[in-house]
Amino acid sequence: MRVLRGFLRFWYDFIVGDDWIVAAGVVLALAATALLAHARAPAWWLLPAAVVVLLTAAVARAARAGRTSTPGAAAPRHTP
Amino acid sequence: MSALLLVLSVFLACAVEAVEALTIVLAAGTSRDWRSALTGVGAGLLALTAFIAALGPALTAIPIGALRLVVGGLLLVFGLQWLCKAILRAAGLKARHDEAEIYTRQTAAAGAAGRGGRFAVPDWYAFTLSFKGVVLEGLEVAFIVVTFGANQASIGLAALGAAAAVVLVTAVGIAVRGPLDRVPENTMKFAVGVLLTTFGMFWGAEGAGAHWPGADAAIPVLVGFTALASLAMVAVLRRTSRIHRPQAEPVSTMEVP
Repeated sequence: MRVLRGFLRFWYDFIVGDDWIVAAGVVLALAATALLAHARAPAWWLLPAAVVVLLTAAVARAARAGRTSTPGAAAPRHTP
Repeated sequence: MSALLLVLSVFLACAVEAVEALTIVLAAGTSRDWRSALTGVGAGLLALTAFIAALGPALTAIPIGALRLVVGGLLLVFGLQWLCKAILRAAGLKARHDEAEIYTRQTAAAGAAGRGGRFAVPDWYAFTLSFKGVVLEGLEVAFIVVTFGANQASIGLAALGAAAAVVLVTAVGIAVRGPLDRVPENTMKFAVGVLLTTFGMFWGAEGAGAHWPGADAAIPVLVGFTALASLAMVAVLRRTSRIHRPQAEPVSTMEVP
């Protein structure tokens, strides 16, 4: 059981990282793109817009966290 | 153009991870035992090869639309995380990756650890340190090689980019005989973040059923768009961090543009 939990934890950390909001936002943006495309509406613009929103939000969250903790330690998650 | 960007993306991502893995292997080899460290490298490369060999054919069996949707989503998540950290580093809000410092820390930890061999490996600690370094740093690259290759139907081209990066970093590492602390690692991470995010958007949207104006010609436009948006964030963060920290020394000029 512990091995399985460790295995799942590794893959969660590897794929999602510690900012799950980015991963959830990507899933939502892809779902919205699929819905627009299914409705035969132009859908290509949605992902670039979502990238700007998600990246701005992620950077703002990390910068805020950095300002409330020690300088230079703002970022979440393991090093890519 | 997309083939060139594919090779460039894999090459840069692989070079960044190879520099980090090299630092760990050098620390294990110089402070412990070279034979065990190199055995760890070999075992790590074998594990990565098995991962690619298992995942590669499995991915090519998936319908291209579903593959692009899933891979696009994963690349977007990876790319946004790389970019987020690169932006914070460029703005001076996160400590830059310092290979020399990591090497010193790893060497000290390796020197303090107990000795002892297992199986045919004379120094188990050096072996596991090298093995973990290669596997953990290489897993993301292996994933990028497989997904980029499967999406563009050119795993060979992607593997070529990865192999070129590993050979180059290894050769420079042997020549320098030390951690590659002069490699503009943060700039490379910034570029990789931009490229992963670009391909994530492109494939993700196509997988979801959207059509890009200009088809493949949209890729360089997306690269420019992502790079400009990221650089704008760096500029805004630098300005606001100066406002929030008026007493602090000005942020030093960094290699990240």
